[in-house]
Amino acid sequence: MLPDQILFALEVTLNGLMAGVMYALVALGFVLIFKASGIFNYAQGVLALFAALTLVGFQNGQIPFAHLINATFGTNLHTFGWTLPGIVAIALTAGVMVLLAWLIERLVLKHLVNQPPIILFMATIGLAYFLEGLGDVMWGADIKTLDVGLPQGISETVESATAALLGYGFFIDNLDIVATIVAVILVATLTIFSQYSKQGRALRAVADDHQAALSVGISLRFIWVLVWSIAGFVALVAGIMWGTKSGVQFSLSLIALKALPVLMLGGFTSIPGAIVGGLIIGVGEKLFEFTIGPMIGGATENWFAYVLALLFLVFRPQGLFGEKIIERV
Amino acid sequence: MNAETAMKTEGYTTADGRKIGGVLMEMKNITLRFGGVTAIKDISFDIRDGEIRAIIGPNGAGKSSMLNVISGFYVPTEGEVWFKGFRRGPMKPYQVAQLGIARTFQNIALFDGMTVLDNIMTGRLTLMKTGILAQAMWWGSAQREESAHREKVEKIIDFLEIQAIRKTPVGRLPYGLKKRVELARALAAEPKILLLDEPMAGMNVEEKEDMCRFILDVNDEFGTTICLIEHDMGVVMDLSDRVVVMDYGKKIGDGTPDEVRANPEVIAAYLGVAHD
Repeated sequence: MLPDQILFALEVTLNGLMAGVMYALVALGFVLIFKASGIFNYAQGVLALFAALTLVGFQNGQIPFAHLINATFGTNLHTFGWTLPGIVAIALTAGVMVLLAWLIERLVLKHLVNQPPIILFMATIGLAYFLEGLGDVMWGADIKTLDVGLPQGISETVESATAALLGYGFFIDNLDIVATIVAVILVATLTIFSQYSKQGRALRAVADDHQAALSVGISLRFIWVLVWSIAGFVALVAGIMWGTKSGVQFSLSLIALKALPVLMLGGFTSIPGAIVGGLIIGVGEKLFEFTIGPMIGGATENWFAYVLALLFLVFRPQGLFGEKIIERV
Repeated sequence: MNAETAMKTEGYTTADGRKIGGVLMEMKNITLRFGGVTAIKDISFDIRDGEIRAIIGPNGAGKSSMLNVISGFYVPTEGEVWFKGFRRGPMKPYQVAQLGIARTFQNIALFDGMTVLDNIMTGRLTLMKTGILAQAMWWGSAQREESAHREKVEKIIDFLEIQAIRKTPVGRLPYGLKKRVELARALAAEPKILLLDEPMAGMNVEEKEDMCRFILDVNDEFGTTICLIEHDMGVVMDLSDRVVVMDYGKKIGDGTPDEVRANPEVIAAYLGVAHD
């Protein structure tokens, strides 16, 4: 039998890996848009929040803009009086995210073709604030619980199995296990899509050079709607996982901040990088808290990821999997 | 009236005995203005099926602008573009590409992060039929299609003698090879018309000779109509069947290389005139 200390470290590592998956889910959305358009999408976190809000809204049959309508017309509307099953609400929300992608292309990106990346970045900051406000007006600012039927709580199977095997029951959250499985499927699909499909190749082409992409017959507009739809869908998945874990509230948009160090580690252009980066940060911060934390007063999880990212910026700016830009002079 | 007469136009036979077909593309009274600047003034010319057509002229004559009009990157202020006997409405560059008009750029527009092979494969995007959902659902047929396209691309790679750099990211290649990869990508689209914007700019003599050979071979083997812009007079005269000469946005000459060479206006534009 292994000593308890090692087993505990193992449990911490496992939990760290699962937390890492949650970070990676958010980071993935950033990578997708960055790969396809060279835009660092500041609004990705808000996109996840908006998706979660819309999902809860659909599920509970909330009337959109209810507060606004009530304030204007003196009515007292709140819900349609139905509750939708989780899967229907998810499908509807996915539709809304596609519609949103189309609108973003129509109203924002279309007018910014051939602009430098910083302009597009600024546009996404504007987009972030707009979406946050829109989500607030549409669905209200109260904290909501999200339950689409995902299993939650400590997995008894894992606990009893490890207890029987190692004499030490591991505490693993069911939701984390689901998140991991979903993330694996998502990443596999996205990688195959971008590497081997016609649209995937067009997507990489657009990311590289707009002019050249046009000359081989790629419609920039279609690709952008496609990319933002996919990013919206990934945001929806992240929104479901995070919303189920910690409730749908406006601080959800701040999970984007935790995705930044993940991206610096993994590289802004690599899908596998987002996953590995997330895992390293997840495990790193849990193990650091467990080993070094007690010596320096704890609460290291708040800053560990950022310090690690800083070190990467100094020694390996392109991240673990990012493309190193080589320019011939 | 034009749709029919244009296609009926008799072809001609070149000096080296190649048979050239009827009119494939016709530019009618093209004028292009940017604000107060007139880049192209009322220019008309045609491109015949199977010929190598050159547009020459001093710097700033409007040659690249003309190529951009043909490829849809610029929309002419006035005038009409006729292609295959039909008038082409205002189109986006990607739609023009889908019509079968491929191009290269003066300062190379390749996908630097992708390999040579992937770059050339993008050239075939317009020819790939399988849609996004079909690709997701019928993985097998998508893969068969992919390998069929891959085969064609490998032929082009052999043709342009770039087998050795197939898997190299384009960003790492020297200038001359990049130009060749760009040509390969344009060829991969199996275009009706191939537009080359200064295909030999910045090359050394050996690279220029290679490029010349490839252009002639492409025209010969695939029967591709080629319209090119070039500075190097010697190269142009050797290569092309007919030449349009532009100066300050106007057409000052049009004809076979010998005719153009003898044109006093052309001589004046290139060498200057004596003031008495």
